[in-house]
Amino acid sequence: MHVWFHGLTINGKRVVWAWSFLALPIVFYVVIRFYPTLNAFYLSLQDWNLLGARTWSGFDNYARLLADPVFWQVFKNTFVYLLIGTPLSLVFAFAIAYYLDQVRFMHGFIRALYFLPFLTTAVAMAWVWRWFYQPVPIGVFNNALASFGISQLPFLSSTTQALPAILAPAIWAGLGFQIIIFMAGIRAIPTSFYEAARIDGVSAWVILKEITLPLLKPTIVFLVVFSSIGFLRIFDHVFNMTTNDPGGPLNTTKPLVLLIYDTAFNAFDMGYAAALTVILFLVLLVVSLLQLRLLRDR
Amino acid sequence: MGMVKHLLTGAVAGLAMTFGSLSVKASEPVEIEYWQYFFEARVKAMSTLVDNFEKANPDITVKMTHFPYADYRTKVAAAIPAGIGPDVVQLFYGWLNDYINAELIQPLPTDVFSVAQIEKDFFPMVQAMKRGDAYYALPTAVRSLALFYNTRLFEEAGITKPPATLDELVETAKKLTKRDAAGNLTQVGITLGMAGQDHHWFREVLVRQFGGNPYLDDYKTVNYNSDAGKAALDFYTGLITKNRVTQLGFMDEAQAAFKAGRAGMHIDGSFRIGALDRTRGLKWAVAELPASNDGVKSNYSSYWVNGITTKAKGEKFEAAVKFMKYISSPEAMQIWLDTVGELPAMPAAALTDENKMNEKFGAFIRGLGYANTTIFANESGQRQVMVDMVNKVMLEKMPTAQAIAEAATEEQKILDGYYK
Repeated sequence: MHVWFHGLTINGKRVVWAWSFLALPIVFYVVIRFYPTLNAFYLSLQDWNLLGARTWSGFDNYARLLADPVFWQVFKNTFVYLLIGTPLSLVFAFAIAYYLDQVRFMHGFIRALYFLPFLTTAVAMAWVWRWFYQPVPIGVFNNALASFGISQLPFLSSTTQALPAILAPAIWAGLGFQIIIFMAGIRAIPTSFYEAARIDGVSAWVILKEITLPLLKPTIVFLVVFSSIGFLRIFDHVFNMTTNDPGGPLNTTKPLVLLIYDTAFNAFDMGYAAALTVILFLVLLVVSLLQLRLLRDR
Repeated sequence: MGMVKHLLTGAVAGLAMTFGSLSVKASEPVEIEYWQYFFEARVKAMSTLVDNFEKANPDITVKMTHFPYADYRTKVAAAIPAGIGPDVVQLFYGWLNDYINAELIQPLPTDVFSVAQIEKDFFPMVQAMKRGDAYYALPTAVRSLALFYNTRLFEEAGITKPPATLDELVETAKKLTKRDAAGNLTQVGITLGMAGQDHHWFREVLVRQFGGNPYLDDYKTVNYNSDAGKAALDFYTGLITKNRVTQLGFMDEAQAAFKAGRAGMHIDGSFRIGALDRTRGLKWAVAELPASNDGVKSNYSSYWVNGITTKAKGEKFEAAVKFMKYISSPEAMQIWLDTVGELPAMPAAALTDENKMNEKFGAFIRGLGYANTTIFANESGQRQVMVDMVNKVMLEKMPTAQAIAEAATEEQKILDGYYK
């Protein structure tokens, strides 16, 4: 080892060691994350088709975005995914975790079944569900309906049913993870609280409301933020279930990320895509900060 | 410290030796690089061409590199300005403007690629590759559309020949359509869906057959918002609503329905032949696209081209010119047809009696004679306009006149944004 290092105090050596371990992630983040992020902000003020020179366009991309009806439709869709997806998935996950916690019979097996979809690739799952939703003769759901003499549902080819039809498997896919986190949270609550409550003769509903839920707050905050970010960034399920008409029919299922992808890599309109990315970044930032503030301890 | 100095001296010596050996190598073969996107049959065909070319030109070696389609454009754009990419590059005909504007490719030398000779030898649609007094790129192969039909289902329905006109198409489709007791379609007469090749059939074939001209000004102005355009859209959506011989998204994808033997007819490109050949139990044949009832024929053709990049200079440029010359030759075209199933870009190579009568390629090759090539600004964006147009009619009950007008406005917006 070098002489200058041996001359340092113990504290000094510690600092040097700490920074040398930190250097790698810092370099990684600066090069792989921060530089491209800043570059995207810069690019959003330019025009670029990926081949030629970048030309300065000021706030044109943002003006165009605000005047674009497709952008607003997509913006709305993104929030529909968030506002239906997050509460619904949390309620399901909690209900399942709460009851699964009390089940002893084949507990591990049932838990594994719930966790399985989380391990499956989104692409494979999306395609299987896409086929489920097809009309007769190949769709499972419609074949079942038809065999009862009920008329078919259009599912993915409807402007109103397509979004919920895509959201359902997306919620199901994330459920396993949320259940595991909820169960860990429930298990972490000291049993003495429950024993005390039982001795006092308190009803199960009150136990849930006054003990379980309040003590699960950190878990809930984590899951709300985590799943919100997930739904705001939804892409795989939508893209794979609608490849023939990405985000369709008539843009009714298109989320922001899919619009960004399409603008950047089909239209090669990189500046506009970067502007959309900046908007997504701001939305994620605001939603996350808001949730953290609202759900923080008063 | 002494150690470092020693290492440095070694490195410098090593470098000097490398440069030394490089200058000695000058008399050895020139190596040029060729780039294309990855598609198994194309890579195989190109390997054969490279082997043949190297045998004929022992002083030149060609290094072929391929990338997944998704990364292709990005890689080319990054590499050539940095001086490391290909000397000869493959690009989609619709990207030519972008490549010229970004100074990625240079004009083909007119002493070897004379404009008059090219225009005499190649199909007329290749003229889209000319800028000013020179050609910038040339195709090895071209693609066109044709009508695939399921011969087993034809036989079962007692149909003896494929439809030759649009009226016959409807009548034939009616005979091939099957429903279950509840009235749900279980077999369609013809597949339908703008997401596949139908948007080309609509623009370049149906609009023209109903008396229109889909674009003006070198495809910079949309012109199908007309009676002809409306009539074409009425015919197209009428296959679902009036004649009830098909359904949008039947079996998810048009080609899947045809492959599964659940569709009597299917319009697709020559590149589909390979996949259908590998489908066990499917018996199929190909016919030319039906003509209009008063006999107007049209087709759509697209192609990939090769060009010489701005990186190629001096002896590499000379070698690249020789290579370009070979891969645009009739011999290369026949190899490409046999390996990839894409059609020769020269009438002399394509329209041989043997090719014209080929039971698989024949219909496509005959279609080339009267094909048009749309010059797209953003093909997937322009296709989306067609998909939305049909969805508006089918899902939102929008009148066809309004749907075609809105589609024309949307597509014009894409073109204006691109050519501004």
